[in-house]
Amino acid sequence: MLQVLADDQLVATSSATPPGMLRVLSRNRMAMAAALVIAGFLVMAALAPALAPHDPNQQHPEAIRLPPAWERGGAEAFLLGTDSLGRDLLSRIIYGARVSIMLGVAVVLLTLVVGTALGMLAGYFGGPLDAVASRLVDVLLAFPFLIFALAIMAATGPNLGALVLALAFKGWVDFYRVVRGDVLSARGAAYVIAARGLGASTPHILFREILPNVVPPIIVVATLRMATIIIAEASLSFLGIGVPPSIPAWGTMVSDGRADIAAAWWIATFPGLAILLLVLSVNLFGEGLRDALDPRMSL
Amino acid sequence: MWLRFLWRRLVQLIPVLIGVSFIVFLTMHLTPGDPVEHMLGQAGRVTQEQVEELRAYYGLDRPFAVQYWMFLSHAATGNLGISYSHHGRPVASIIGGRFPATLELTLFAFLLALLLALPAGVIASLRPQGTFDRIATVKALIGISLPGFWLGIVLMIVFGLRLHWLPISGRIALGMAPDQITGLHGIDALLTGNGPALRSALQHLLLPGLVLAAPMAAMVMRMLRSSMIGVLQQDYVQFARAKGLPETTVVGKHALRNALIPTVNIVALQTGLLLSGNMIIETVFQYPGLGKLAVDAIGAADYPLVQAVVLIYAVSYVLLNLGADIVQVALDPTVRPG
Repeated sequence: MLQVLADDQLVATSSATPPGMLRVLSRNRMAMAAALVIAGFLVMAALAPALAPHDPNQQHPEAIRLPPAWERGGAEAFLLGTDSLGRDLLSRIIYGARVSIMLGVAVVLLTLVVGTALGMLAGYFGGPLDAVASRLVDVLLAFPFLIFALAIMAATGPNLGALVLALAFKGWVDFYRVVRGDVLSARGAAYVIAARGLGASTPHILFREILPNVVPPIIVVATLRMATIIIAEASLSFLGIGVPPSIPAWGTMVSDGRADIAAAWWIATFPGLAILLLVLSVNLFGEGLRDALDPRMSL
Repeated sequence: MWLRFLWRRLVQLIPVLIGVSFIVFLTMHLTPGDPVEHMLGQAGRVTQEQVEELRAYYGLDRPFAVQYWMFLSHAATGNLGISYSHHGRPVASIIGGRFPATLELTLFAFLLALLLALPAGVIASLRPQGTFDRIATVKALIGISLPGFWLGIVLMIVFGLRLHWLPISGRIALGMAPDQITGLHGIDALLTGNGPALRSALQHLLLPGLVLAAPMAAMVMRMLRSSMIGVLQQDYVQFARAKGLPETTVVGKHALRNALIPTVNIVALQTGLLLSGNMIIETVFQYPGLGKLAVDAIGAADYPLVQAVVLIYAVSYVLLNLGADIVQVALDPTVRPG
């Protein structure tokens, strides 16, 4: 009973609705700065052809391993320098934002839909479905994610479809657990009992009554998952089994620069900085969202 | 009561481990590369009979269910099969050879993470929003957002190539390995009183250990900080202060013990992640452990080796969580084993 009360109160507070979350969030300066950086990356990805000074895959044989423009030997035309094939690093970083963001969004959406659907069904109906799904979750939680992704990618070779599946394989578990728990306690909440008493159908209760209340935590989990996925994708690309080599990707670029760290530190350094900046911003924004949703959840 | 709790938890592990082994086996089975072709690829001219003979030798001609059953029943007796890529050596002996390296790196990273996280978490919680807290919180967020493979490379550039302070690959300087007792170079060097070997082993561990420890240190610090802040506001802590107990006793004994309960869970979870982190970090630093072995085995389509390494990772992960539950029950008198 205590649990039900607490949840009703949570739903009743202003910050637990999407507009309320935004209001609290807008007062968090760090989160707003992070949102700006994320917006910058989105613009960069969308307008890459217009923003990049060079074709990201074009090789400049006359400008191999050129240092950044401010270092001795650098050139204005290649602001962040070039790699061992003479490709412009800045242009490759700008284009690299595309695959990181696109894969992140695709994987998060896929895991969100699967995890939320299963979580709602398991939480609402319980019984054998819940038992089976929860056992599966136990197995997946015991599974080193990276090695599984490695095995899939090694089998299929670098390709985007398999990469999405490999990254999504375990990611839905987080959504499942949050949604299942919330639905489980909502099932006995006053508003659900009232709706049932008024003769509402099960789909109506699930989608119109309960779903809106689990949206805020889903948004928080989705944002924080995005950060994890971006790093995981970059790690697989770094090992050479993520994004196909023809597409500029930050993880691949760090790996390209690894052989040259003694002679050309910039090749591995700058793409990694891009990953750090984007992931840090996504994490900051996600934690801002979580604090706005429920300060008690914050770490 | 304790025995029943342990027994029940151990029995619960069985379906989890069977599930994990099945998923691994299925994935490996579905991969297109035929290991026999892989093996014979370098052998030059081979007849069809030789191919069939080799397939029969490794049991690859049997139905899937039979192969899985053979794998399970052999694994239960410690027989993990024969490697395809290491000149037909038994998988168990290859893993045995690499295991101490990974154990040493993981232990080192584990201790380093706790050494960084525990004091930082406690100090930060004493004055929330104070200078130390703000710096520690920002550092923790960066620690979580850093891609490990990149941090490793940057540290290699700075401390290995620029400053020449630390080696950038391997486990120990050539020819300096101490006499083997435990297989952990650092501990063997300590036991045999071999100073130079100890120094070399620690120097080789420092960079990969630090990279591996960074996310764990960050997560543990944040968890401990927030639970300490919560605990320090509790009535019994105020009461302990009002009794006139010294602040160190209040914080160190009354508050910390309770704040550690939720932290133990995060520690276990993060230690599990250290295991996956191994694969990337060992590859970056060319560190000869299980993680690098797994990455190499996948490249060579060495199914038995991959299966065995994944299984070992999964077992360690599950046992870690069991360990965390036991510590939690021991720390928290309100949770009864049952």
